[in-house]
Amino acid sequence: MAQPTIWELIGTGPNGWGIALAIAAVMTILIALSGFVIGAVIGVFGAWAKVAGGPVTRSIAGFYTTVLRGIPDLLVIYLFYFGGSAVVTAIGKLFGAQGFIGFPGFLAGALAVGITSGAQQTEVFRGAFKAVPSGELEAATACGMSRWLRFRRILAPLTLRHAIPGMGNVWQVTLKESALVSVTGVVELLRQSQIGAGSTGLPFDFYIISAAIYLAISTVSGGLLQFSEKRFTRGVRRG
Amino acid sequence: MDILFLWETFLSLITALPLTLQLAASAIVLGAFLALGLALCRLSGILPLDWFARAYIFAFRGTPLLVQIFLIYYGLSQFRGLRQTILWSVLREPYWCAVIALMLNTAAYSSEIIRGGLLSVPFGQVEAARACGMSRFMTFRRITLPLAIRQALPGYSNEMISMVKATSLASIITIMEVTGVAARIISETYRAIEVFIVAGAIYLAINFILTQLVAFAEYRLSPHLRQPAALPTTSTGAA
Repeated sequence: MAQPTIWELIGTGPNGWGIALAIAAVMTILIALSGFVIGAVIGVFGAWAKVAGGPVTRSIAGFYTTVLRGIPDLLVIYLFYFGGSAVVTAIGKLFGAQGFIGFPGFLAGALAVGITSGAQQTEVFRGAFKAVPSGELEAATACGMSRWLRFRRILAPLTLRHAIPGMGNVWQVTLKESALVSVTGVVELLRQSQIGAGSTGLPFDFYIISAAIYLAISTVSGGLLQFSEKRFTRGVRRG
Repeated sequence: MDILFLWETFLSLITALPLTLQLAASAIVLGAFLALGLALCRLSGILPLDWFARAYIFAFRGTPLLVQIFLIYYGLSQFRGLRQTILWSVLREPYWCAVIALMLNTAAYSSEIIRGGLLSVPFGQVEAARACGMSRFMTFRRITLPLAIRQALPGYSNEMISMVKATSLASIITIMEVTGVAARIISETYRAIEVFIVAGAIYLAINFILTQLVAFAEYRLSPHLRQPAALPTTSTGAA
């Protein structure tokens, strides 16, 4: 049997893996997006704790960012995947379930990626908050805005403006980190390439295809981020 | 928490520490040379070299490291011709594949850091060196490079830390470094949380020592920013 060419592999013909790869690419984007959103929520609260918290919350947030930025992401994924299964099994036993219960790989992956990217986004938001001139907040108070209104109208948009470039960096890291989730067996882009490589004996073709898809995703999302940065800095005069 | 189990885990993980350090050190050192070459390509003003470096950096920064590792370790075996060459004795070994992938990856990131450092050297310094009659190479060796290294060191330390973390991915291609051993212990005992704590502490310790070393190097390289040492009093009985 003649080996299919790389173009047949990405097609939808009899030898084609195009549809499977496209679904896997969507899965990769889903993992990265959910990780990124979880990270953003953690980042907002982490930054809040670091900026406005007391000594205890500040040191907890400091410990979190130091630890999560200092250990490999793969370890965190293992922790959530295997640790999650252990916890779920223990809970299952309480309710009379028998034997081992696996923790869903997608959830473990999204949580692990989210918690690592949360540590990075904490720092991004903290830096962005510090870049907001205190005069703006004083002016809002002087106008009689309540705490919440001041946050919603002044602080949040201004912080976001400064945070977008940093968030873009975190997004790119998160996207690449999502490849590690393949160790939990979730069929995302890299796992699908492994499957394809195994069944066709063409590992180089499959990994180069997945590399190209990752490159395309990161380029397109990078362009979108640049566009949103432009929108958010409309009001800033340059030069 | 089971102290005995933690201690046993620590003892087995510490035996894998040399391999982790070796992987990180060889990738960082080899990658630094490649990065310098790429940075010089980008600054050379010769279009083909510039475009080559740009394409290289784009490709390696836009794809996950794990894909790069798979591409080298599994992908290259697809080419039967390669198996006959002398190169195969290197590319057959997972260890060397991991070192090559880590090296190529870190080179892409650090070349941009080094380029930033080289660009930050004030032109007056180069001019002064030329006025002293130094040749192009000597100017580079004595003036530009040391100043650039000093400038790039803080950014470079981030890259070194992420390389230490990245060595954990080598465990996926069967290398038994710290994360590899940790994953094995987890799958044998299902005590993910304890193993995670011990392995995480080891990585944190490596990165802590690394940051201290870089801080020391930075201190040594910037004597001009320090307070001059108090002048020795000429004689104690002068007053």
